Amino acid sequence: MFNKETLDAVRSLLLFQADDHLIIGHRNSEWTGLGPILEEDIAFSSIAQDKIGHALGLYTILHEQLGEAEPDTLAFMRNETDFTSCHLVELPIGEYDFSLVRHFFFDLAAHIRFEDLATSAFDPVAKLARKVKGEIKYHVFHANTFINQLGHGSEESKARLQSAVNQNFGLALGMFESFEGENLLVQQGIYKGEAAIREIWLGEVQAVLLEAGLKMPDAATTASVLGGRKGFHTEFLQPLLDEMTEVFRVDPAAEW
Amino acid sequence: MTTTAISAKDYIWEAIAQVMDPEIPVLSVVDLGIITDVQIDDQNAVKVLMTPTFSGCPAIKLMEKQVKEAVEGIGYKQVTVETNFDVTWNSNMISENGREVIKNFGLAPPPKYKDQPDMALLAHTACPYCDSENTTLKTPFGPTLCRSMHYCYDCLQAFEQFKPI
Repeated sequence: MFNKETLDAVRSLLLFQADDHLIIGHRNSEWTGLGPILEEDIAFSSIAQDKIGHALGLYTILHEQLGEAEPDTLAFMRNETDFTSCHLVELPIGEYDFSLVRHFFFDLAAHIRFEDLATSAFDPVAKLARKVKGEIKYHVFHANTFINQLGHGSEESKARLQSAVNQNFGLALGMFESFEGENLLVQQGIYKGEAAIREIWLGEVQAVLLEAGLKMPDAATTASVLGGRKGFHTEFLQPLLDEMTEVFRVDPAAEW
Repeated sequence: MTTTAISAKDYIWEAIAQVMDPEIPVLSVVDLGIITDVQIDDQNAVKVLMTPTFSGCPAIKLMEKQVKEAVEGIGYKQVTVETNFDVTWNSNMISENGREVIKNFGLAPPPKYKDQPDMALLAHTACPYCDSENTTLKTPFGPTLCRSMHYCYDCLQAFEQFKPI
């Protein structure tokens, strides 16, 4: 139904999103046992599980429909330069203010993307998106609630949030790095395209920050941190992969 | 379709209904609404289709195995169980019996909703112990993907909800 160039573009899109979700899922799981309060420990652990589930759904389509290897192989056996995750998701969890702001930036973008993909002309991803978007709604609810509460909290909470927003805005814009073949996806009703998603995202981020008493940096004058989609990564990805893949690589053929 | 074929399928559904959700072991996978189709061909090969409650559900493989074993257990030799997203599961698909079972288990059942669940509903979930709505949401997440955590100001107990999704 779709020609090779189009399917290549679909492959790119799904791989970028699968890698983003796997890596941020792993980062979220690093809060298990370390959350500032019990409910947040549970929240990040649960969100991590969802994210990895979303990654699995995307890797499964890549395997079953687009000729890629099995999900476990894609997740655990590729080299660092094969990964297409954006730099935002690779950074270590840092302090809670950073992780919360990353959660806010990332999950809002994911929600907008999956809302769009739920009506995609590429049927397998539409079916997955219809499931996933309802789950992400809870992630967005959680992030927005905390941004709002802490934005109206103490001087410290306001300062920390604003600082985290300012320092990571360029990284967040890197989520929308454009790629070859996007126009084919837009033309055939498969995907709105990164620029359109970014526009919606900016509007929604602005709304939440405004209500929280915080400022959104100027997107027009902020440099997007690019390169992840082309396999250029921060120094943090390799150690993450070493840890994440260690158990699997002990015996890749093992039955779990 | 002959009368024999219809009752064979009912028999299979009944066997599948003995399989419980591993995380809520009193709730059958049929009441949960995750069994989307049962097909028998004229060679008596059975195909069961399932859809996940959550895409990150860790129990899917286990439930597939248990459903397969349940159908084999009533004599079918060729049984396949497949999970896909052809039907999108939502919490409205839990049967009335399922909702009662969930409540007796000590979880607030998910309220039915139109179009999309309203997050504001979570703020006053009815307590499964005392039915009071004088409750608060502690976190929209919980020990399993399907649960949110709440506190009841009337009976002073923490409780969880199978969240509307």
